[in-house]
Amino acid sequence: MESNRTESRENRYLNPYLGGVLLGLVVIAAFYTSGRGPGATGALKGLIVTGVEAVVPEAAASSGFVAEYREPLPGHPLRSWLVFQMMGLITGGFLSGAFAGRLKFRIEHNYRITSERRLLMALGGGILFGFGSQLGRGCTSGAALSGMSVLSLGGFITMVSIFGTAFALAWFFRKNWI
Amino acid sequence: MGPLVIYEVISENINLLTAFIIGTAFGWVLESSGFSSSRKLAGVFYGYDMVVLKVFFTAAVTGMLGLLFMSLFGWIDLSLVYVNPTFLTSAIAGGVVMGAGFIMGGFCPGTSFSAAAIGKIDAMVFIVGLFIGIGLFGAGYSIWQELYLAADMGHLKISDSLGMSDGLFALLLILAASAIFYFAEMVERKFASHRL
Repeated sequence: MESNRTESRENRYLNPYLGGVLLGLVVIAAFYTSGRGPGATGALKGLIVTGVEAVVPEAAASSGFVAEYREPLPGHPLRSWLVFQMMGLITGGFLSGAFAGRLKFRIEHNYRITSERRLLMALGGGILFGFGSQLGRGCTSGAALSGMSVLSLGGFITMVSIFGTAFALAWFFRKNWI
Repeated sequence: MGPLVIYEVISENINLLTAFIIGTAFGWVLESSGFSSSRKLAGVFYGYDMVVLKVFFTAAVTGMLGLLFMSLFGWIDLSLVYVNPTFLTSAIAGGVVMGAGFIMGGFCPGTSFSAAAIGKIDAMVFIVGLFIGIGLFGAGYSIWQELYLAADMGHLKISDSLGMSDGLFALLLILAASAIFYFAEMVERKFASHRL
């Protein structure tokens, strides 16, 4: 009985339309205060730039990738809006999970595949997503959601491209999910 | 008048503090909407859980409408906000690579952090992948620089490129989103047996 109750509590999520309105308000708050929308990969790029500058400063100085990140951000590479926002994102996710009783170390996957396969797919997916987010100048948050909110043409194109490709490839990856 | 930091209503340091607070709300909403579960996220591509479409499009419409109305009321100067530049080739190519990463890994970057925050090990591995992917892009930057900088269309708005007002485009997007929500509810009923 007790386990049933925990299970249902664990699966209780916010109404998706309410969640969407709240997420939209987050986007508005970001633009209203900072003039920029939220994003997720910018902070990771900042960490990588910090690492490269610390370990191989000569390579950093000649890198077009580092120069592009540095141009609007001449101070410390981690003194960035996106880095602070990302620390908040992790905090907020943790708090929400804690209140909902969802804090637990586990590998979530379909019963038809092994944990090892799930982790391998997650690693591969992460590599592709990380690479694509740099090529596309932002991910689902920074390019698609923030971009669409300010009617950026590129934001709409990237959104259609991300979801279109995932739908097109869904059949090939179906065993991992259904 | 916003953006507050550009009009110097708040200082650069306060801006970083609000970044943390806004990020906390961001992470909270992602996690509590179920975006910390890759199986819920991937559901949209198989029809058993359409939460991604519902949350994402509601958020995009809310964000767009809110900013347009705030601009109308004179609360925010939209000419000063950052509109993502459009580089046609890389926007499409980057989206294709990200889409492949999405269906393979089951997360996007923001959602993977909200999932890692509650202990999902698959999300932590996805994040390791993100660092590798970004690092690879940076390391080979000169190889794909040409592709990255091709077809620069500047900070172009979709409404301008279609030759219509922002308001008319917003209305069309709301109609499109309503159709998407109707479709999402229909599909979910059809595939209800696959639900998690």
